[in-house]
Amino acid sequence: MKNCEYQQIDPRALSVSPLSVQTHTEKKEHRPRRKWEVFPGKNRFFCDGRIIIARQSGVLPLTLGLIVVTCGLFFAFDCPFLVEHLTIFIPLIGGVLFVFVVTSLLRTSFTDPGILPRATPDEAADIERQIDTSGSSTYRPPPRTKEILINQQVVKLKYCFTCKMFRPPRTSHCSLCDNCVERFDHHCPWVGNCVGKRNYRYFYSFIISLSFLTSFIFGCVITHITLRKYCTSNALNDCMLVICFFSIWSILGLSGFHTYLVASNLTTNEDIKGSWSSKRGADDSGNPYSYNSIITNCCVTLCGPMPPSLIDRRGFVPPDEAIPAASASEIELPPFTTKNDANMVG
Amino acid sequence: MTHSLQDMRPQAAVAAKVFIQRDYTNGTVCQFQTKFPSELETRIDKQQFEETVRMLNNLYAEAEKLGSQSYIEGCLACLTAYTVFLCMETHYEKMLKKIAKYIQEQNDKIYAPRGLLLTDPIERGLRVIEVTIFEDRSLTR
Repeated sequence: MKNCEYQQIDPRALSVSPLSVQTHTEKKEHRPRRKWEVFPGKNRFFCDGRIIIARQSGVLPLTLGLIVVTCGLFFAFDCPFLVEHLTIFIPLIGGVLFVFVVTSLLRTSFTDPGILPRATPDEAADIERQIDTSGSSTYRPPPRTKEILINQQVVKLKYCFTCKMFRPPRTSHCSLCDNCVERFDHHCPWVGNCVGKRNYRYFYSFIISLSFLTSFIFGCVITHITLRKYCTSNALNDCMLVICFFSIWSILGLSGFHTYLVASNLTTNEDIKGSWSSKRGADDSGNPYSYNSIITNCCVTLCGPMPPSLIDRRGFVPPDEAIPAASASEIELPPFTTKNDANMVG
Repeated sequence: MTHSLQDMRPQAAVAAKVFIQRDYTNGTVCQFQTKFPSELETRIDKQQFEETVRMLNNLYAEAEKLGSQSYIEGCLACLTAYTVFLCMETHYEKMLKKIAKYIQEQNDKIYAPRGLLLTDPIERGLRVIEVTIFEDRSLTR
């Protein structure tokens, strides 16, 4: 019966599913797709959209490898000696720190940093209309910026040509991931992802716990070597010592820098660009987002409410959005659907 | 949730869409402008609309509120290496569900009878409140 109806249907209607009639035949022809499959940015998704990572995973395997290998060597060679001579807590502390570091790292890498979904065509058209009406036709259109007042301070919002919207304050477009990210800090190759509003706290806990871990391992290795001063030095111990020594300076430095950023509610992006430092020093270096209290700034950045992911990776693409230019054929559809209904009932 | 409205009137054509933009005067918290758009003047009472937007702003402010609850949640999450979020819903997510319910309610009671439809801002990345204006012809039947 259904085969007869196919010949009556307009071939264009096959690719356009009607808004009101969600028949089973349509579902069989087009498996409902999840939003991550049509995501326009340069990201990769795993586990059916649960895990998101930048397209260039960068040096993440190296980071993980270094951490795992160093800790492995520590547990294998130093712990037995130190447990015997000092205390059982050494491998326990090491183990807890290691778990914390790896969890934070994976969380930072696999969490959506605060990606803003691109503007829908209707929104983009609306914004374009507003820009055009405010500009004059006699001279060149002004650059696409908008000035707003935030806490009595003038902030310029830029128009993002890729995402077709005015970027909210503190948002920046990452060229590596091709996404606008809220409260954009930086794109970290070690972690293989952008660091933004949603994963900054994981990134911070990663570098802090990593500082503790490397310092701890460094200390234990030095202790081990000192206690074994009459024996020949182990090549593996030396290797660990070198890795820890070099990483400690950079990681401690980075932790210190980010602690400063957290305390003043700044992002790396703003600090590098000097967005607030050169302003007329009105209130506390002119940062309109700072709460002017170190404790409040820290609490807000690290323990504030966890915003949701705005890109809804695992949601299904609605059938009407899948085909944007369907408005013409929508009007023709109703007569066909009523005919189908009549036939299907009979 | 919005399917029910479109199922009821499959032939209602979209006349226009109005976008209520974000209001950043208080920082990056999620607030929407309460200015009444001129396109809705013929459709809905100004006060009613502003009341809806104000209520939404209050709900979003509560979701992002920095209080003892959010701090406790944050500290607990940190101590459990963030694994607590696998079994617990965050305060923000609970508020978003409340907001979705509120919008659904408003649509059913106030906006649908006037040929309007509010889209939950979360579906537009919390950038805008999209108000779809349907053509008047289908209402006068």
